[in-house]
Amino acid sequence: MRLIMAGLARGLRCAPMFRDRTNVIATALLGAGLGYLGFRFVSWAMVNAIWTLPEGANSSLCRAAKGEGACWAVISERFRFILFGMYPFDEQWRPALACLLFVSLYVVSAIRAWWKPWLLAFWVAIPMAAILLMRGGLSGLTAVPTEFWGGLPLTFVLSTVGFAAAFPLAVALALGRRSQMPGIRVLSIAYIELIRGVPIITFLFMAAVMFPLFVPQSFTVDKLLRAQIAFVMVIAAYLAEVVRAGLQAIPKGQYEAAASMGLSFWPATVLIVLPQALRATIPALVNTFIAVFKDTSLVVVIGLFDLLGAAKAVIVDPKWVGFGIEVYLFVAAVYFGFCYSVSRYTQHLEKILMARNHHS
Amino acid sequence: MSVLCADDAAATRTLLRPRLSWSKPRTRAIFLQLMVVAVACAIMTMVAIQTAANLRQRGIASGFDFLSRATGFEISAGPLSYSSRDTYIRALELGLLNTLRVALLGILLATGLGLLIGITRLSNIWVISTMSRAYVEILRNTPLLLQLLFWYSLSQALPGPHAALHLFPGVFLCLRGLFLPSLVWHEGYLGLSGALLAFAILIPLVRTRSRQRRERKGRGLPTTLLLAGAAVVLLSAAIAIDRPGLTIERPVLIGFDFHGGMSISSEFATLLIGLSTYTAAFIGEIVRGGFLAVDKGQTEAAAVLGLSRRKALRLVVLPQALRVIIPPTTSQFLNLFKNSSLAVAIGYPDLISITSATLNQTGQAIEAITLAMIFYLAISLTISLIMNFYNTAIVSPERGGHNS
Repeated sequence: MRLIMAGLARGLRCAPMFRDRTNVIATALLGAGLGYLGFRFVSWAMVNAIWTLPEGANSSLCRAAKGEGACWAVISERFRFILFGMYPFDEQWRPALACLLFVSLYVVSAIRAWWKPWLLAFWVAIPMAAILLMRGGLSGLTAVPTEFWGGLPLTFVLSTVGFAAAFPLAVALALGRRSQMPGIRVLSIAYIELIRGVPIITFLFMAAVMFPLFVPQSFTVDKLLRAQIAFVMVIAAYLAEVVRAGLQAIPKGQYEAAASMGLSFWPATVLIVLPQALRATIPALVNTFIAVFKDTSLVVVIGLFDLLGAAKAVIVDPKWVGFGIEVYLFVAAVYFGFCYSVSRYTQHLEKILMARNHHS
Repeated sequence: MSVLCADDAAATRTLLRPRLSWSKPRTRAIFLQLMVVAVACAIMTMVAIQTAANLRQRGIASGFDFLSRATGFEISAGPLSYSSRDTYIRALELGLLNTLRVALLGILLATGLGLLIGITRLSNIWVISTMSRAYVEILRNTPLLLQLLFWYSLSQALPGPHAALHLFPGVFLCLRGLFLPSLVWHEGYLGLSGALLAFAILIPLVRTRSRQRRERKGRGLPTTLLLAGAAVVLLSAAIAIDRPGLTIERPVLIGFDFHGGMSISSEFATLLIGLSTYTAAFIGEIVRGGFLAVDKGQTEAAAVLGLSRRKALRLVVLPQALRVIIPPTTSQFLNLFKNSSLAVAIGYPDLISITSATLNQTGQAIEAITLAMIFYLAISLTISLIMNFYNTAIVSPERGGHNS
């Protein structure tokens, strides 16, 4: 018994929060405050919370508990709507499978041994497969028009397709900005700076309101596709700067070596410069992807129901008016789970890449 | 066959004019650029023609005439008085001022909070550094719009004006916002303006004297202390001269809302808190990175030279850390400025909200959005120019005078 106590005491002394006297005092003081807040939170979120409501009941039970306990019943009753929007209920296995496809794409991309050219093909094929699956209209799947798409799969589609389609454009813009041809350089700079200098919302408004004015009236493009195009154009400008940073990091010797091998501009760029530049920017690219993933939530402003939009739609329902805190906490947890794991992955990646650079 | 002939003819022509030979990279470059520029121009012209045709068909008159018409909508809060009889141009002006107001205050708050977060992240005290780390991770990994909506729902969970929380005498908090008593300074600006002028002259004077003294005796004057003292003396002198009638105006509940005093609307507060806490998380990481980037040897060298810890921080570590910190922080300021456009989601009347109201009412989508884009672009480019200048002039110059 004494041995256990001694071991415990030593373990505690080595724990970072009890390392020295300052730490012990700080832990005691702040710990008391945090403990109190934590206690209040747990009693709101768990102890006094209402998890489910009986079938067909209204939300008066939740309203009575307001301020004392959370009403998680809104989540348990509406989580299918938050996750999949207005997609036909019986067909919701399709968006679920689409989400799985997207997640598997991210997992495959995270494996460093698979950073090969065929991975790019994956980034084309998997979003296309997911979109076909959601759209239906072939091989016995009923067609579901994009007005009914919503929730998490919409967030995945907007961010992944946006990123994948913007990528080639971004590489072209980054090369254009570093080009020695003034005409091309000026155009690239103008495009990049124009888009980066203006809030993304402006382009979404443009896609929603102005785009129909730009094209012949017989030519209608649905709202989701318009928002997607706006995102592709915006992401391309931001990504171009990331790619440019990668290009700048390539030592001049590489260009000279390529030239002395007799390679002209395009072979040198495609075979020597870009592979190195893109490899070096992968952590930054992943960080941009996180930003894009969060920014797709802006489509709420033009009335699309992505994950956040669907959540917002839930609390418009008179039954659930006033339960925004619960719904937003749930959605925040979903976003956080995704973004945090991806950002942990980049941190890990940066460490590995840095270590490798120090070796060579 | 004919294709071949045409090719042959072209080849002969290029042979006759060797300056434009296709085999020369210069020629190809010119051709490529002409092609790209032509395609860009062609697309823009096509869009312009199509748009003009569409506008004619829908009977929308283009132009900026609508700006001088009355809007017919009310705007809840702002630094300018506004009624529904005022014009669109005034509404947009108000929106711009609202955007600038929230962005400037947000930048100040985000910088302060970001510094705090960055420094506490490096703290040796485990609880403190862990708290900052949790803060950064949570705020960075959820969308800003979600955070704004969350803060707004939180503010809407407060009681209504009739049951407002009476925090201090004259201070009320309700779902409409925070209502505070305001100090009203009646007349008498002579002494105050004189005091301000005197203070402005005093600052460089004290600084120069301090420097001179340091050069002579090796020790300067306590400038901060002297200036603070001067400020107190000057302010009391100003009050003595002006004898201003200082009155306190308290907010009073009349009908459904508070009147008088100062108010901070819950939309403004939500936006300000949301923007500055979100941006502070990013600035915190930048600050932390900046301090970590300064080699440990620098601190040790400063200690060897006999500099105190505070002096080492101020004279050795901080200037080097700032060199790393300032450029990315600038882009965070720009992000905050652009993100203030999310005000539209919580109903704060910023430039984008008013632009959107304008285009809904007038149908002048192109003009309204173009105006908003010009405003944002002008301010973004100005901020980045100033910061670039500051960066090259003050932060970047390394010893030896050349940048690599």
